[in-house]
Amino acid sequence: MSAKTKTSIHQTDQALGRLAKRKAKENRFRYAGIAAVVIAMAMLGWLVVSLVGTGYTAFFQHYLTITVTLNESDLDPHGARNADQLRKANYRKVIQQALYSRFPDVTDRRGKRSLFQVVSASGATNQVRQMVYQDPDLVGREITITVPTSDDVDQLLKGHIDRNAPEDLRKVSNQQIEWVDQLVASGELTSNFNWRFLTATDSRDPELAGIAGAVVGSAMALGVAFLLSVPVGVGAAVYLEEFAPKNRLTDFIEININNLAAVPSIVFGLLGLAVFLNFFGLPRSAPLVGGMVLGLMTLPTIIIATRSALRAVSPSIVDGALSLGASHTQAVFHHKVPLAASGILTGSIIGMAQALGETAPLLMIGMVAFVTEIPTSIMEPASALPVQIFLWSDSAERAWAERTSAAIIVLLVVLLSMNAIAIFLRSRLERRW
Amino acid sequence: MQHFLSPGILTGAFLITGVVTAFLYGRGLAVSRAQLSADDARAHSLPSYHGYFSAWIVALLAVGVIVPWVTFSGALPKFMFPAMILGAMALGFIIINRLLTPTFRARNHVERFVGGALMICSGVAVLTTFGIVLSLVFESLRFFDQVPVLDFLTGLQWSPQTALREDQVGQSGSFGAVPIFAGTFMITAVAIFIAGPIGLLIAVYLSEYANKRTRAAVKPMVEILAGIPTIVYGFFALLTVGPAIRNFAEGFGLSVPTQSAIAAGSVMGVMIIPFISSLSDDVINAVPQTLRDGSLALGATKSETMTKVIFPAALPGIIGAFLLAVSRAIGETMIVVMAAGRAANLTGNPFEAVTTVTVQIVSLLTGDQEFDSAKTLAAFALGLVLFVFTLFLNVIALLIVRKYRERYE
Amino acid sequence: MSALKTNHLGHPRSMFDTGKVIDMKATTSEANTARVKFKCRNVEVFYSGKRALHGVNMDVPDSGVTALIGPSGCGKSTFLRVFNRMNDTIPNARVAGQILMDGQDIYGRDVDPVLLRARVGMVFQKPNPFPKSIFDNVAYGPRIHGLAPRKNDLDNIVEKSLMRAGLWNEVKDRLKEPGTGLSGGQQQRLVIARAIAVSPEVILMDEPASALDPIATAKLEELIDELKEKYCILIVTHSMAQAARVSQKTAFFHLGDLVEYDDTQAIFTNPKDQRTQDYITGRTG
Repeated sequence: MSAKTKTSIHQTDQALGRLAKRKAKENRFRYAGIAAVVIAMAMLGWLVVSLVGTGYTAFFQHYLTITVTLNESDLDPHGARNADQLRKANYRKVIQQALYSRFPDVTDRRGKRSLFQVVSASGATNQVRQMVYQDPDLVGREITITVPTSDDVDQLLKGHIDRNAPEDLRKVSNQQIEWVDQLVASGELTSNFNWRFLTATDSRDPELAGIAGAVVGSAMALGVAFLLSVPVGVGAAVYLEEFAPKNRLTDFIEININNLAAVPSIVFGLLGLAVFLNFFGLPRSAPLVGGMVLGLMTLPTIIIATRSALRAVSPSIVDGALSLGASHTQAVFHHKVPLAASGILTGSIIGMAQALGETAPLLMIGMVAFVTEIPTSIMEPASALPVQIFLWSDSAERAWAERTSAAIIVLLVVLLSMNAIAIFLRSRLERRW
Repeated sequence: MQHFLSPGILTGAFLITGVVTAFLYGRGLAVSRAQLSADDARAHSLPSYHGYFSAWIVALLAVGVIVPWVTFSGALPKFMFPAMILGAMALGFIIINRLLTPTFRARNHVERFVGGALMICSGVAVLTTFGIVLSLVFESLRFFDQVPVLDFLTGLQWSPQTALREDQVGQSGSFGAVPIFAGTFMITAVAIFIAGPIGLLIAVYLSEYANKRTRAAVKPMVEILAGIPTIVYGFFALLTVGPAIRNFAEGFGLSVPTQSAIAAGSVMGVMIIPFISSLSDDVINAVPQTLRDGSLALGATKSETMTKVIFPAALPGIIGAFLLAVSRAIGETMIVVMAAGRAANLTGNPFEAVTTVTVQIVSLLTGDQEFDSAKTLAAFALGLVLFVFTLFLNVIALLIVRKYRERYE
Repeated sequence: MSALKTNHLGHPRSMFDTGKVIDMKATTSEANTARVKFKCRNVEVFYSGKRALHGVNMDVPDSGVTALIGPSGCGKSTFLRVFNRMNDTIPNARVAGQILMDGQDIYGRDVDPVLLRARVGMVFQKPNPFPKSIFDNVAYGPRIHGLAPRKNDLDNIVEKSLMRAGLWNEVKDRLKEPGTGLSGGQQQRLVIARAIAVSPEVILMDEPASALDPIATAKLEELIDELKEKYCILIVTHSMAQAARVSQKTAFFHLGDLVEYDDTQAIFTNPKDQRTQDYITGRTG
């Protein structure tokens, strides 16, 4: 037999050249895929880093420890200690006096005013007022208190105000820097965990502002949304999946729900404004209305999640129950729904997480009010966490940017925990049969 | 204490007590009557069904009083209210007493009630849609009484500020929405321009190249992008991306405002990456493996298989995914409110500030407003346009995707 | 024929000749003029670490039809996918041993599976035309491999391939219509035309008639008979009758082992192994 080897047309030099080009193209394609993944991850990373980087400092705040003298002659000249007088008294002066005696060299008016700007004026006065009001015996005594510094001093010490910038371009004067440095050196001015951020309500002063009011408002709205959307959503899903006859009407309901899931959230806000506020006359800015709007918005999510959870339950479960003489309703409620519970719960939590982050519909029903009280009922005006973020984001000052980012961190942590709980529940409750 | 005695709380307490008592009463009645019954026949339904039935009857009668009361409040003196509720409940107990015998088919009645209640639940979703359509259409019609439809849809001038006094010059603002539609379109285009290729490439990489472990790690990470609230993206655009783009452009001697179509659009693009990637991933995975094998067995590379076989086969589904993403981008509010700008600006330059439908709805409806002014009603007209357009996109997308699924099932 | 002997016994890498080597009985074969196309030595395939194929040694001649038979799950399809490295596309699949194609290790480091698959075509169990026109289906391979620089060349290749696959007369007037619109038998011949268009040396067929009706099957078998003149064909089939009809050599697989490999006639008339006999007489399978 001859030893001639047949060379395939695929092995010619030309073919091999073409192959090399195709290989290069293949690699480019794959690298493009990797690049897309990397870009998406990088954007996520950039977002997290920039928000955490801006926001984490808001969890710390600089405080000044200072000794104030509560002169009876200043606060309660008649000595009656009546509540009204104690509330109205000039505590501002008390703080000012304390600062002037700490820095006796400062004598001119400008210097004094500048010195007073080191502390948070309303923060310090409210704090002393509160103390005296609760314990009138303090009048006439000397007490040591810890008060927040002004946001400018706080930002200076956090390094967000450049000490080397020309004095007229920075918010803190050279003189103030000198005082602050002295106070820091003597240990009177320290950085502590900023509990106020988590426990206080909104304020005009960034150093006093907190998210508690917004968190309570969000919790109330979410509670209403949960009570509305979960029972109704699960009921609707069970009906459509188990009881509904297959006809035009149920087809229409199905299409309806699918489309409702894709309606922009702001349209739900318009619905709330037109129907709940203007037609039914419910109160503006109330968590009740906010919750109802968010509940309607999450309804399709919960219906869809519940239906797929029900569908995942093997039909043999129901067949088994029916064969033992259970009615259809019994089979569904005693056997199928409990088995689908983990899926329903997961869907509900994810739906609630979605509702928690939603802002636009709440703007429509007026939950944008400046509320300085923690709401005590669902009919009172309230804010919500995302709306609080929106309100703060409008202010350009560094101290506000810091707090906005910190509120976002809180929001993201809550959302992350909700999703983690959902994942945990799904893995824990998932039954196999 | 006053709090706990408020009419609402009191009514609720009555209601709960009445319903629970009725349940226990009905259940007990069923048990005792079954024991006393002379013929030894077994009761038709379990005692608890008699209980549920009783509770249901009592609740129904109580609600039958409460609803008209709340609707026509003030027609009767206040003290009548608790009395009427109690009366209604008492009537319920009398009915129960008459009806509940061992042969009474309590279960069938309860199941019929349950079925009805479930049907009402699914009715809520329909009712919501009706509520949306009715409120949007109704308010829009009032708007179009003041501003002709054609002026609204084709006008080039948008300045909704109406004058405070009637005699003021230029007292009616102009409501030509074209600049708003153009701005919405531009931002959506920027977003899709970014999310489209990236999302699609991620889907391709995850479905064709990545191994199982990479896929399991990357997919949820990408999906986190969809779970981040839009307010967070908005602030990210405002705080970081806008200034970054401005600084970048300054490097080329260009002046770009912090709020611009490109800043809002690109951040929105990041947000919708997961929509495109996971929908496309589903669609690509639905293409039968045999087509992949056939192409690879002919000596095609993975990229050739992807671009020449899988992609054309999956195209309808991918188009569906893009349409859903577009609808999402158009309806998105917070990112554009914070990062796009408020003033209507008819421009083709993505580096300028533009405004969108959703931004205008927000700015028309926040702040002081009187409900009947053209300014407020205009928000509903914009909402109607938004609703109709996104609905249209969704219906088309769902039809395409469903057709596509059927082809490979 | 002496060349064959030398190739087989005098193989330089005789260390692979451990285990069971089934002699090709080349001297008695009608294909005795054939050279060896594939030389398989100790080929093993693992799925996720589980061994699906146990050390197969077998020489495939470069013309004629070689049938792989055996009960389902015996590893015959797995073995077929070794020849064009389609197992590479399955995650967690691993191939060990050596397969030489014209003396070159196809699992060697310098071998590109893309090039290999251009030379070794494959036809699958279920016809899998692309959702494209008949023309584009056949033109797909030549296009990606750059075999037809001019439109004219492409037309020629498509026409020739369809003719060779015996489909030209049925589809010549509707080349623009989708390939998925053809009948099952036509689709399978379209897929064969698609494979031929790339000018392969070998065609692998994985139960190509299992989705076809008897008439289409007969047509397909006729086609295979014609194609064997030009191509080395390996066919997996679950039908012993089909193996007997179309193949010159037959390999019987059982539980991942190559039990017996011989001329088809010899296998069916005088099997050496009890397991082969049990299978072809219908006692197992």
